[in-house]
Amino acid sequence: MSTTAENAKQLADLSATTLLRFATAGSVDDGKSTLVGRLLHDSKSVLTDQLEAVEAASLKRGQEAPDLALLTDGLRAEREQGITIDVAYRYFATPRRRFILADTPGHVQYTRNMVTGASTADLAVVLVDARNGVIEQTRRHAAVAALLRVPHVVLAVNKMDLVAYEEKVFATIAEEFTAYASELGVPEITAIPISALAGDNVVEPSAHMDWYGGPTVLEHLETVPVSHDLTSCHARLPVQYVIRPQTAELPDYRGYAGQIAAGTFRVGEPVTVLPSGRTSTIAGIDLLGESVDVAWTPQSVTLLLADDIDISRGDLIVPSGDAPPTTQDVEATVCHVADQPLTVGQRVLLKHTTRTVKAIVKGIESRLTLDDLSQHPNPGQLVANDIGRVTVRTAEPLALDSYAASRRTGSFLLIDPADGTTLAAGMAGESFATHKVLTTVEDEEGWDF
Amino acid sequence: MTSAVTVNEGVDSPYALSHLDALESEAVHIFREVAGEFERPVILFSGGKDSIVMLHLALKAFAPAAVPFTLLHVDTGHNFPEVLAYRDRVVAEHGLRLHVASVQEYIDAGKLRERPDGVRNPLQTVPLTEAIQQHRFDAVFGGGRRDEEKARAKERVFSLRDEFSQWDPRRQRPELWQLYNGRHAPGEHVRVFPLSNWTELDVWQYIAREDIDLPQIYFAHEREVFKRSGMWLTAGEWGGPKDQETVETRLVRYRTVGDMSCTGAVDSDATTLDAVITEIAASRLTERGATRADDKMSEAAMEDRKREGYF
Repeated sequence: MSTTAENAKQLADLSATTLLRFATAGSVDDGKSTLVGRLLHDSKSVLTDQLEAVEAASLKRGQEAPDLALLTDGLRAEREQGITIDVAYRYFATPRRRFILADTPGHVQYTRNMVTGASTADLAVVLVDARNGVIEQTRRHAAVAALLRVPHVVLAVNKMDLVAYEEKVFATIAEEFTAYASELGVPEITAIPISALAGDNVVEPSAHMDWYGGPTVLEHLETVPVSHDLTSCHARLPVQYVIRPQTAELPDYRGYAGQIAAGTFRVGEPVTVLPSGRTSTIAGIDLLGESVDVAWTPQSVTLLLADDIDISRGDLIVPSGDAPPTTQDVEATVCHVADQPLTVGQRVLLKHTTRTVKAIVKGIESRLTLDDLSQHPNPGQLVANDIGRVTVRTAEPLALDSYAASRRTGSFLLIDPADGTTLAAGMAGESFATHKVLTTVEDEEGWDF
Repeated sequence: MTSAVTVNEGVDSPYALSHLDALESEAVHIFREVAGEFERPVILFSGGKDSIVMLHLALKAFAPAAVPFTLLHVDTGHNFPEVLAYRDRVVAEHGLRLHVASVQEYIDAGKLRERPDGVRNPLQTVPLTEAIQQHRFDAVFGGGRRDEEKARAKERVFSLRDEFSQWDPRRQRPELWQLYNGRHAPGEHVRVFPLSNWTELDVWQYIAREDIDLPQIYFAHEREVFKRSGMWLTAGEWGGPKDQETVETRLVRYRTVGDMSCTGAVDSDATTLDAVITEIAASRLTERGATRADDKMSEAAMEDRKREGYF
C-alpha cells in the first residue's frame, strides 16, 4: 500500500517528464507479448479491473492461468484467432518518463505493420530467441529499423533462462547483430540479455547474469536521449493553416500556423517560402498564445512575418540560405502498405508534409529483399509489404529533404485518388548506407508476370 | 537573444519537450490538419473532461482567431444538470455554435425504444450518426483516448467511417509519421481523435497546468446515491432507485461524465485538482472499470458499439 502511495506521489509530480515513443518487433514465438506484458505489469500499468477481465476471459476459454495476450489483443477477431492483427498503441509511465509503445504484430504482414510502428518511434526493440540467434526475421527487423532511421535500436536477447544464462550465447548473438545493424547504418545499438518470462533484466536486474553490467530494458528506455542535435538540423516549418482573425482589434493579423518539423526558428531570422522562393523575416513567434523568441521541433507554433507575402497551406518556411531543393522528380524508397498493387504508370496523390499533389509512378527500379538486402531490378509492381525504389513525377514542385536528413520532411504518402486508400509510405533519397544491386534478373522467388 | 544553440543530449536537454508539451503540440497539429483539409468539421462536446480539454486545445490552436468548428452534443436526456449548465456557459463564453442531438426526442418520436435496463448510452449512436448525415459533417472530433479501452487502443487518429458511420477495424489505413490521410468519399466522414495518445492522468495534469474550469461533479461533494450493479448511481427521476435499492448520502466524485444511468460515482474526498491527481495516480482501477456499466456488458462491448458508429 505504501508503495502505491509513494508511486502516486511520484507520478503526480510528473508533468515535466519526457515522452519516449518506441516500437517492438519480434516474430510469433519469441516472447514479444510476454515482454510487453512484463513491462506493463511490472511498471504497475495493468490495473485490477483489466487483470480481472483477463482472468475471467481466460477462465471462460478453459485456461487456468490468466493469458496476458488478452490484455493486448483488443479486437474480437484477435481474441478468437489468438493472433494480433494490427498495431496497437499502449501507454505506461514510470516516475522518470512516459512511454508510448507501438505494439506491432509479428505475423506475416510484419513489414507494413513494423513500418507503421517504426515511423514515429525514437527506439525499436528487436527480440531474438537466445536458442535460435540471429535469424532471417531478425535481419528484416533490423533492416526496417535502419530504413525508417529509428535513432536507437535495442536487441533484446530473450529466453536466456533456456540457455542456462550463458554469457557466451549472448555475446555471440550481440556481436553478430551489432555487426549487421551497423553495416545498415543503425546509429546506436544496445544489446540486453533478458528472460521476459522469468523477469530477468526487463524491469528488475537479473540475479542469474552477474556477467552483465548494463541496464535493464526499462532502465534503458528511461534514460535513452530523445532529443537530437538541433544545431545540425535544417529548420523546417510546413504551413498548415493561415490564421486571420479579421476582428476589430486584429484587422491585419496573418499568422502561419504549423508544427516545426525540424530545427529551430528565431525572431529576426531571414526566411524563404517554398516553392515560391519569396523571402521575408520572422517578426514574431506565437507558441500557443505565448510570444517567444525561439521555438524548435516538435512545437506547434504560429509565425508572423515582416512582409505581407502570399503564403498558404502546403508551403514550407525555411531559413534563407538553408533551403532544400525543389523537384518534380522524386526518387525514393517506398514500403507498399495496401492490398492493391502499385504499378508503373499509376496515377496517385502524393502527400508530403501539408501538401498533397497529383503524381504519376514513372518507374519502379527495384524491389528490396530484406533478408539479404539485395535489390531485384524492374519488378514491374510492388505488392503489400514490398519495399522498393521508385521514381514519382509530381504535378507541382515539392521542397523535399532526403529522409536521411529529416524524417519529417523527407517522408510522404502515396494515396489512391479513387478511393483514398493509403498505398505506400515513401522515404525520399538514398535508403541504406550500402547497396548490393543484383545485375542479373534472377529472382529466386520467381515473379510470375 | 541567446547566442549559439547548444544541445545537451540527454533527458535533461533544454530542447526536450515535457510530455504534456509534446502531447499538446501533437493535438494542436491534428486540429490544424483538420481545419486545413475538411469542409465541415464538428467537435463532439459532452461537457466531460476529455471534450473540455479538446475544446481548450482547439482554442489555443487557432488563437487569436476563433475556433473554426461548431460543437455537437448528443444529449441522452439523462445528463447531469451541472454538466448541461457548464456546456451552455462555455458555448456562450466563447461565442461557439452548438448543435444538440437529443435521445429523448428520438424516444418521444418512437424512433428509439427505451431499453429495459434504462441505460441510454448505447442509444446515442442513432442520433449521433443521423446528426452527422443531416449536417453533412465530414470530420467529427471525439475525445476518445487509446488508454481507455482495448478496442480503442486499435483506433487510428484519423478513422474513416462509411456512410453508415461504421468502423471496420480490419480495414483501417496504416498511420505513418504525422501524415494523416483524411481522404473520404461524399457521405463518408472521418472521426478524429486528437487525444489518442493521452492517458487519464495526462488529461488531469494538463487541466491542472492550464487551470481549466470543470463541472463541479468532478470534485468530491455530498450526493444522494444508490447502489446498482456495484456502482453508485445518482438518484433521480431518470429511473432510480427502484425497489430494494436504498438512497444514501455519500461523499463522492465522478471520474467520467456521461449518462446518469450508467456512469457511477466513486467514493472520494478529493476536492482540489491536486487531490484528484493524487487519487487517480494511486487508483488500481481504470476509469471505465470504476465508473462505466455499459463496458461491462460483454468482452467486446466497446468494439461492437464502435462498429455501429459510436465514438
